[in-house]
This record gives sequence, structure tokens and C-alpha cells, in this order.
Amino acid sequence: MSNETTQVKTPNSVLEFNHAWFAYNGEPVIEDLTFALEKGQFAAILGPNGGGKTTMLRLALGLAKPSRGSVTLFGEPPVKFRSWGRVGYVPQATEGVQTRFPATAEEVVAQGLYRGFDPIAVWRSNGRDAVIQAMETVDIADMRGRRITSLSVGQQQRVLIARALVREPELLMLDEPLAGIDASGQEQFHTLLRRLNSAMGMTILLVSHDIGAVMREATSVACINRSLVFHGPTHTLTQRELAELYGFPVDVLVHDALHEHR
Amino acid sequence: MSLYTTHSTSTVKAMTSIFEYEFMVRALIGGAMVGALAPVLGMFLVLRRFALIADTLSHVAFMGVAIGLITKISPPLVALGTTSIAAIAIDQLRARRMMPGDAALAVFLYAALAIAVVVISLAGGFNVDLFSYLFGSVLTINTTDLWLVAGLMVVVIGFVGMFFSELAQSSFDGDLARTSGVPVGLVNLILAVLTGATITLSMRIVGVLLIGALIVIPVIASLRLATGLRTAVILAMAFGVFSSLIGLTIAYYANVAPGGAVVLTAVGLLVTVEVGVALRERLQHDKWRATDPSR
Repeated sequence: MSNETTQVKTPNSVLEFNHAWFAYNGEPVIEDLTFALEKGQFAAILGPNGGGKTTMLRLALGLAKPSRGSVTLFGEPPVKFRSWGRVGYVPQATEGVQTRFPATAEEVVAQGLYRGFDPIAVWRSNGRDAVIQAMETVDIADMRGRRITSLSVGQQQRVLIARALVREPELLMLDEPLAGIDASGQEQFHTLLRRLNSAMGMTILLVSHDIGAVMREATSVACINRSLVFHGPTHTLTQRELAELYGFPVDVLVHDALHEHR
Repeated sequence: MSLYTTHSTSTVKAMTSIFEYEFMVRALIGGAMVGALAPVLGMFLVLRRFALIADTLSHVAFMGVAIGLITKISPPLVALGTTSIAAIAIDQLRARRMMPGDAALAVFLYAALAIAVVVISLAGGFNVDLFSYLFGSVLTINTTDLWLVAGLMVVVIGFVGMFFSELAQSSFDGDLARTSGVPVGLVNLILAVLTGATITLSMRIVGVLLIGALIVIPVIASLRLATGLRTAVILAMAFGVFSSLIGLTIAYYANVAPGGAVVLTAVGLLVTVEVGVALRERLQHDKWRATDPSR
């Protein structure tokens, strides 16, 4: 009811980690993580392999429960969250989808239209325009009749991105979505994310390995190595923090980006 | 003399029309229904790599039958109870990650088989009734059995029809489905319990030892051919019905065990499909080479 406030807990927080801990087989993966994603932000998560980036998304999506502390998604614990229409999720598809699943690319994208139990959904064919539009956005409209398993990993990844986009989510979470996509495709994709964020106001959380692209596109960045190493506007991230994050000096990619940024 | 004495006495009069015997008509109706029913559930089990639950639940059903025979309580009813409990337990162990899915299946399979063996030894060994459940016995199918299978068919096809999107999504990727709001846990639980019920009600026709085959083999054959999931389900049902009807007919005229004949027909169908697909791919390859002079 109050207007703009600058407190930590603003109603604008789309996703919040509050001293969250998570251990897998007794091995801590996330330690005392406090992080907030505000509405309209384009945040990137950087960090080394095994640093807990994917686990962070799983906690955010309620696929894992924090052992201590709390996580809230649109103000609710993710395990109790029901308004999944507000969330789009693109998982890692590094190994590709399971073999022999009989679905066309278009059918997989259409899964994104799911809005709860609908007993006659099997007979419906509406939403086609939205599906084709989402596929055009990621340049795979010509593959809509192809069986999902006959596509390359990069093409499957685009299908999963289209599946998330067709939901028209308020919050889009992507876990290294560019594995298997070539350089020009990556460039297009980053442009698309920036457009979704600035023109449509979509809040974006992107787990990435591409430090250069993150520096160019994202508005804020969080560096995770079990705990939060750095969190702030992108241009305030320095090479010293990156070196601390990865355990060795990181410069080549970052150099240009740091200078040309904004 | 043979394991299949229960029905061989009536099938010796082979070469008379199959429809002259009321028990054969009942067997064909029951077989067609089981043939349609089993692969519908099988499709979603195979796609989530959980097809072996059929095998485990059929051993649990066998345990139920053994307990039912020794306690003089209706064996199918006891089997329905044991398979439902086992289905829920396996599903929950897997969902709560207390045990990997395949480990839970193995533990339940061997525990059930061990209990069945102990119960049977207490009862003084195998008898004809037990064999009829193990291998199926078309002679003993009565009208009540048919109505039960028909009722279950309505429930299963209704469930799959109404929850098609949920089943498809949770078979495609469980985590992705969860984050779209699909009640994956509930869908998995219903699927497991209905699989147990299908096995229990089908065991009189195909037999406990072979019902798993009818749940899985038509599905593998249809997945080789279909592009979409809906087509795959319908094709698998058609393959199941075909296997049942042809298998039972062969069993009648050749005087062999009906369960075995049905499953062998399904295997034959699968081999035919595999060979056909391989030939088609070969032909397409040749055609492609013929139209491309650079090769």
C-alpha cells in the first residue's frame, strides 16, 4: 500500500534468499546465502562449476528445500507457490532430452501453455499462434513438426527457451541456456533477453559462464561460490572479485566489457 | 503332465470354430480389453524409465494371490490390496528420495516373491489354482472378471484422457513439469496404483508372469513408429489388442499356453516393426544416395 520504499523487504522483491543453507549428501552446496531479485531486474549469476548456481535455481523453484534459512518466490515459499504461470524456467539441456520421447518441437513448446488441470485439454488446439510466435522468436519455427529427439542439443535448447517464453512469465529463470548454441545464436539470444527485460519489463535471472556477455547485458550480477562473493550493479564488479570467485585471474573477456560498459 | 492342464482338456477339440465355446468368447473379449488397457499405462511408465514397476507389481500380485488362497479370502481382492499398498510405497520411497527407484523395485520384487514362496510352502505346495494365476487360464474367466476389467478400462482411459497433458509433461521432464504447476506427485501416485489394479485384473487372462510384457512390448513397438504422443498411445493400444486376439487364437488352435502365445505374438510384432523401420531407413538412404550424384 505504501509507495516506493527502499527497505530490504519491498513488495517488489520477486525472489529472496534469506540466510539460506543447503547441503547435498552432507556436503554444503549453499552457505548462508542472502540475495534479492527486484522486479524488472536483469540479474546474472556467475560462479565456478559446483559453486551452487544450479542449486540456487532449484531452491528458487521449490525443487529443493533449504536446510536452514528461507527462500521466497513472489513472497511465498516456493514449495507452497501455486502461481506457476508467473514463472518461466529453462533448465540446462547439456545432455539433450531423453531418447524416444514422441513429441514434436511444437508440442514441447505448447507444454508451456499449461495453466492447471483441464480435463479436455487433450482435444484442444488453441494457443497455436502463441506457440508459433514463441518459436519464431528463437528462430526455430521451421522445425515445429520435427521430433524433439531428432534435434541437436542447441536446437533442443531453443525449444526449451520457446517453451518458457510462451508462458509470458513475469520472471524468467535460465540455467546456462547457451550450451550448444553457436556464437551468432548467442548474440541474438542476448539481444532477445535485453529486449524482454527493457521492453516487456520481464525480470530475468540468468545463470551463465559467459562473463563478457553478462558484463554487457545484465544490469546486476551475483557471484556465487557456495556463498555470495559479490552482488551489485554490473559495472561495479571488478577483476579482483572475479579472480576471487574463480580462484585465478580473469581478464581477457572482461577487459573490453568493463571499458565499453554504458 | 504339463503346466497347462487347466485349459488343455478343452482345447483338444481343436479345429472347431473358436466362437463355439463360450469360454473362448469371454477370453477374447477379456484379452482385447487387457490388450488395450495395459499399454496405455505402459506408455507413461516406459517414457519415465519406470517400466519395470510392472514386473515388481506382478510379483506382489502373485504374493497376494498366494495369501488369498491360503486364507480363503478372494485372491484377486487380496492381490488388489497388496499391489495398491506396494505401488504407493514404491512411489513414496522414490518421491522422497529415500531409495533410488530401481532399488525400491528390486527390494519389493524379491520380498514379495520370498513371501509368496514361504506362504505356498506353508500351504503344502503349488496347486492348480495358483498355476492359473501364474500363467493365465482362459477357462476360468467369468462374466464378473470381464465387468471388472471393463470398469477398470473406463477408469484408466478416463484418467489418461483427462490428465493427458499432466502425464505427458511429467514423463517428459518431472522438474520442468513441477515448475509449470503440474501436480507430478499425484499423477505418479495414481499411475502406480492403476498399474497395480491393471496387473491384478489382467492376471487371470495373461498370467502374473507375463502381464508385464503386455504393458511394455506394444509400447516399445509403437514408439518406433509414432511421432506424437497421442498417436503413440493409440498405436500401442492397437498393438496390444492385436497381440491378445491373435495370441489367443493361436493358443486355441495350437493348444498352447494362451499367456505365452499372446506375449510371443507381441514380440513377433515388435520384431516385424523393428525390421520394417530398419528396411525403410535403408531404402531412404539408398534413395538419397541415388539422387545425389556426388556420393
